Amino acid sequence: MKDKIVKIIIAAANELNEEEEISVSEELSLSTRLFGENGVLDSMGLVSLVVAVEQAIDEELDASVSLADEKALSQKNSPYRTVETLAEYAEKLIQEA
Amino acid sequence: MSKPITLITGTRKGIGKFLVEHYIGKGHIVIGCSRGDIDWQLDNYEHFTLDVVDEKKVKKMFSSVRKKYGRVDNLINNAGIASMNHSLLTPVSTVQKVLNTNVVGTFLFCREAAKLMKKTKYGRMVNFTTVAVPLKLEGEAAYVASKAGVKSLTEVLSREYAEYNVTVNTIGPVPIETDLIRAVPADKIQNLLDRQAIQRFGSFEDVVNVIDFYLKPESAFITGQTLYLGGV
Repeated sequence: MKDKIVKIIIAAANELNEEEEISVSEELSLSTRLFGENGVLDSMGLVSLVVAVEQAIDEELDASVSLADEKALSQKNSPYRTVETLAEYAEKLIQEA
Repeated sequence: MSKPITLITGTRKGIGKFLVEHYIGKGHIVIGCSRGDIDWQLDNYEHFTLDVVDEKKVKKMFSSVRKKYGRVDNLINNAGIASMNHSLLTPVSTVQKVLNTNVVGTFLFCREAAKLMKKTKYGRMVNFTTVAVPLKLEGEAAYVASKAGVKSLTEVLSREYAEYNVTVNTIGPVPIETDLIRAVPADKIQNLLDRQAIQRFGSFEDVVNVIDFYLKPESAFITGQTLYLGGV
């Protein structure tokens, strides 16, 4: 499941990049820092990615999750730190749904 | 041009139902919802039975709309409940219910609609406040607080969503003869009407006129505004 979600996140990011909603020059991987220190996304880029990933999870995994999280700005606990933490967070929410 | 997709909450009766008929008449496809089932049907109308604060069901509804239509052009957050009582006679559970439906429900629908509108870079949202907010109407503390919340929410969202070409505005109706005010004593309503510049009940048409204005594609530069009826 996690691998699938990682693929979804990377595909969503690539699509947003093409649409110029975000600007990420490097190839995304599991450990890519998304948001926060050295993150590839600014805050509006993060908003775009979170929404795109939610929609892609709905379409591809037929699961409705809300990836909104109040710990977004926390360096330590934010689920948006890396591709991997976001995937793990989404996986947990899907399992709980 | 394809038909506009318009989502309206609280469509079972009253203004909500009137809005459904109005926008279907104007060639829109209308999606509506209410807590209770409806006993009517219209072409180009799709109904969802849900509570506007039920996040799971609301998200499911938007998912279904996205899959079927791919977008939402207009959102009208009409669903609302009132509580008219002296604060000393108002249970906390009532306050929570009013805040939940009016503020949280409006927030949830705006948030989910914005996710779709962001994609198409177009959207119009209209929320409902009330003249009771500027009139600081006694006996409606919870309702007024919730509708002041809707007004502030609208103002902030208008800024957050501007970059997606989505406008968010509020209409503040005067009393209209619907179920919402049926339980209010006549003298209280008269006192309220007396404080308007134009001292009469509002009509559904008065409300629709303002919403039509907000929804117009030409109203792209109108956002974060509240328009009160009756000269309040």
